[in-house]
Amino acid sequence: MNLVCINCPRGCKLVVENINGEIKVTGNFCPRGEKYAISELTNPLRTLTTTLPIKSELYKRLPVISSAPLPKAKVIDAVKALKDVEATAPIKMGDIVVKDILGLGIDIVASKSIDK
Amino acid sequence: MDKHQLVIIGGGSAGIACALGASENGLTNILVVERDFEYGGILQQCIHNGFGLHTFNEELSGPAYAEKYFNLIKDNASIKFMFDSTVIKIEENNILTIQSTQGLIKVQADAVVMASGCRERPAGAIGIKGDRLQGVYSAGSAQKYCNKQGILVGKNVFILGSGDIGLIMARRMTLEGAKVIGVAEIMPYSNGLARNIKQCLEDFDIPLYLSHTVESVHGNGKLESITLIEVDDKLQKIEGSEQEIKCDLLLLSVGLIPENNLLEELGVKLDPRTKGAIVDDTYMSSIKGIFACGNALHVHDLVDYVSEESRKCGKAAANYVLGKINESESINNVLGNGVSYMVPQSFHKNNNIDFMFRVKKVFKECSIHVYGNGFDKKIKKLGIVPSEMQKVSLTADELKDLNGELNWEVIE
Repeated sequence: MNLVCINCPRGCKLVVENINGEIKVTGNFCPRGEKYAISELTNPLRTLTTTLPIKSELYKRLPVISSAPLPKAKVIDAVKALKDVEATAPIKMGDIVVKDILGLGIDIVASKSIDK
Repeated sequence: MDKHQLVIIGGGSAGIACALGASENGLTNILVVERDFEYGGILQQCIHNGFGLHTFNEELSGPAYAEKYFNLIKDNASIKFMFDSTVIKIEENNILTIQSTQGLIKVQADAVVMASGCRERPAGAIGIKGDRLQGVYSAGSAQKYCNKQGILVGKNVFILGSGDIGLIMARRMTLEGAKVIGVAEIMPYSNGLARNIKQCLEDFDIPLYLSHTVESVHGNGKLESITLIEVDDKLQKIEGSEQEIKCDLLLLSVGLIPENNLLEELGVKLDPRTKGAIVDDTYMSSIKGIFACGNALHVHDLVDYVSEESRKCGKAAANYVLGKINESESINNVLGNGVSYMVPQSFHKNNNIDFMFRVKKVFKECSIHVYGNGFDKKIKKLGIVPSEMQKVSLTADELKDLNGELNWEVIE
């Protein structure tokens, strides 16, 4: 099976083989490629980035990011769960905006500091 | 008139890194002129992650990358930012006219760096038939509306061009509740990164129509539909392959062009292929004291490379201002088979140099052949495509016996 690693812009072309129940990955430049391929076959994950409205003098939207990748199938649900969330300035990059989204143990955090 | 050692035009990824480099090499009076009210440039609207793997060894969003890089110079007293300001003219002796919140002002600089980024190729440049309709946007404009203003500019979206901004917007608009009908690419291969095809299109079952383009747009004031058409291997439209697709938004992701009006007016020689200044390995243009870096010099794939190049440009500009320049004659790069452009266009052989270039078409297993009188080197590549910038680094030691110009070609 062929996959394209999405970890970084390098986009390694991965070849994944199942040899007697053991998953063998080749074509990866770094160890993250192997991890990605195995995850993609068992439990595909995606980092979520979006923006939320913010009460601020200078900005209308706050960019946010998931603190870790979510199960791919939960990404749309997570966006829906953020529908009515509004952030408030001041906020620092890395501050938690929504804790434990959908009970997944993953937070939604600010990916920009907004002072006022 | 205020005087500065260095004025940097643009406070985005290139301008910030350039200011850092200039300060590292000893300049104490650096001015960065930025048209927006904050630093970061286009990074501020690129809220997706994937930035910073080379620079910070972690994956950041665009705003986070800008913030982390800016933190390196935040408390640096040698660097001052002038926001809400645009340089509208550069005259001889590096006198700049700036439209600022204080009105029109003039400043003088020992050196100037063009770090103003690039613009998106507009609808008018690609010859789509039909009226000027509401609902045709460049992908970057739609991105700005969406990510900075929270405005979704359409509900049923078609995207022309498989550039990365278009792919990123396909995912972004899908997550915001729009229906992305498809992406058309006139070439038989995608122009975006493989990872973006996977995570922005395939994840959401958005079809990619290779060898297709938008023939015409239809609607009465507002966009109602487009005609999609297939092209042959010579990019000629195939009659009879037309299909009408209903949509209220057409996004264009059809290329970026370095923004260099100021340099053109000043008489700086531009490279017809990169649309940026012709520079040597110190990033100095054909006019002494005028430098360029980042996407204003040539369009990059990764912001990490923009930062790396711009930091080097800042260091070189500082050396120039402080009188530490290489007076030896520069050597030209001569481009042969398969190489579409090269930055720098010329170089001094007593420096270590990163040569950045793109190829004209998709090559499978091949070699980059670099040769001249007294130099010959072949670099094996497993496969290269025009959308990925290539880099070959040569040391001063390797180049020491080179006599005359350096030739570059791709051998299959």
